[in-house]
Amino acid sequence: MRYLLRKLGFYLVALWAALTVNFFVPRLMPGDPVEILISKLGQRGPVTPQMRASVEALLGTDSGEPLWRQYVDYLGNLAHGDLGVSVTFFPASVGSIIEQTLPWTIGLIGLATIISFLAGVGLGAAAGWKRGSWLDNLIPVTTMFQSVPYFWLALILLFAFGSVWQLFPLNGGYDVYTVTPGWNGPFLGSVLYYGALPAITIVLSSVGGWMLGMRNMMVSTLSEDYLVTAEAKGLRPGRIMLRYAARNAILPSVSGFAISLGFVVAGSIVTEAVFSYPGIGSALLQSVGGNDYALMQGIFLVITLSVLGANLLVDLLYSVIDPRTRARA
Amino acid sequence: MTMTTEPAATTTETKSTSTIAVRRFARNGKLVAGLVIGGAIVLFGLLGPLVTQDPSLVHDQGLTGPGGDHWLGTTQTGQDVLAQLAHGTRGSLAVGAIVGVLTLILSAFFGVVGAYAGGWVDEAFSLFTNIMLVIPGLPLVIVISSYVPDKSIWLVSVVLAITSWAGSARVLRGYTLSLRNRDYVLASRVAGEKRRRILAVEILPNLIPLFASQVVFAVIFAILGEAGLSYLGLGASGSFTWGTMLYYAQNGLALRLGAWWWFVPPGLLLALFGAALSLINFSIDEIINPKLRDQTRAARKSWRMSREQLSKAKEATL
Repeated sequence: MRYLLRKLGFYLVALWAALTVNFFVPRLMPGDPVEILISKLGQRGPVTPQMRASVEALLGTDSGEPLWRQYVDYLGNLAHGDLGVSVTFFPASVGSIIEQTLPWTIGLIGLATIISFLAGVGLGAAAGWKRGSWLDNLIPVTTMFQSVPYFWLALILLFAFGSVWQLFPLNGGYDVYTVTPGWNGPFLGSVLYYGALPAITIVLSSVGGWMLGMRNMMVSTLSEDYLVTAEAKGLRPGRIMLRYAARNAILPSVSGFAISLGFVVAGSIVTEAVFSYPGIGSALLQSVGGNDYALMQGIFLVITLSVLGANLLVDLLYSVIDPRTRARA
Repeated sequence: MTMTTEPAATTTETKSTSTIAVRRFARNGKLVAGLVIGGAIVLFGLLGPLVTQDPSLVHDQGLTGPGGDHWLGTTQTGQDVLAQLAHGTRGSLAVGAIVGVLTLILSAFFGVVGAYAGGWVDEAFSLFTNIMLVIPGLPLVIVISSYVPDKSIWLVSVVLAITSWAGSARVLRGYTLSLRNRDYVLASRVAGEKRRRILAVEILPNLIPLFASQVVFAVIFAILGEAGLSYLGLGASGSFTWGTMLYYAQNGLALRLGAWWWFVPPGLLLALFGAALSLINFSIDEIINPKLRDQTRAARKSWRMSREQLSKAKEATL
């Protein structure tokens, strides 16, 4: 119980820190963001005093109120779920845009990450179990894929399978012309077809890291005394591998999985930029392009929340799969 | 599972440890390969810009393939790709170097000093590190860099370093915690050495391999991160890096027009440099962790085991 409370407390502090960073970054930047934004908006059409007031309230510069007061207001608005109105997709609210784009990102990136983790850990365990086999020799090749910059790999694959051989569509999340969104067969099929190539690129570029980490932990675990004991007892090799070696070797990978979930949500930005996928990363880029600070802050908040949530979940899971963490707390 | 002792360490006590280190160094193929590839790219970045032409100079032959005057062809506006590549290499390496140094300083301060001091300092530093670790890096970088219209390479590097040091600090903290309770550290404390001296003379030298691998990681991360940022159009303005080359190639429709000489070289250099640094890191890992080293076939071969012995050892460890 103490362990649980400690963890929850930590994530609350982390959440507060992220919110504070989100609040102070625009206020610490050189130059007046309100003027920058107003002049950009002015190029598109006349700026009404109300718009100026809302921009000032949003960015909180020179509106007469002291900083701590703005900070309290900001936290209060967030507590009500009020993220403001988007400038790029005016008059849609930031909340509704996030609602539209988030499922795409979670579906594509989330699934691809889980597939990559499972495949990498499985292959890594097999490679560590049979050192020197062909699978073990494959590891340097897959780690090569890791040092290839992700977006470059994605571009080359898109070039090869999208333009040259035309096996996969070049961009988008589904076929906009022939299917209607909803829970129907053609739409889901189209989503799977359009998501296949982005998912493949994510798995290709991340599976090597899981493999290497798991393989090295397998090697370390295999030299423990209790494995010699297990072997001496005459247990079946399969049982030794899965229940004795892999089960202990997987622990660092699980905590690595939590950290990488953050990287993957962040990585979705590049993926979605390459494939023009209608997820939250594309929305973030559009908001950056259009100086849409409300949308930008809202999306940063959602990304932070999901990373914190994923980490919390894995921490809780960890205390179930590794009793030592419970005992220590 | 039966391999536990390292013969070199027990039998060659008369030889100085440095000769053993040098010999191990030369025997390690991964390290040599990594150093050669990485060194070649660093040399290209240092010397290339001195001999190539101005990367922004526009020629009247746009988008031509490699050959003749332009060894790597030209871009859409007739700029020499080789010249851009040389300047881009210098820019990317500069980002990597700055972030590497900053990460070293930040992670050493928050990881090592905190763990050694203990008490509330450690608690506070560790909390701060963990918070920085869970706050997502790239979105934060994007948000910060979108507020600054004119970014120098320094600013981009500092932002990348701020968002990436936490992982290294955590690794260093874990190792320092185990070091500070070792017998020789306790002995020097009993002997009345100053805390600062214990940290500098007893603990830091043992952390050097770990520092090296963390810095190498930071450099890879920084170069890839900068490339990603520039690819999204949010990188340093007015400077050449591998990322900005790819950004302009993408915008100039190099992919659709099949201008491979434009987008392949920067990506390839990125990949090669990343691979070289990973190779260096693997060999550092093997030097730190004898368990990994002794299990490889190359290590067993160096013990002059015969073919039969090798296959026996393989069976024994299966």
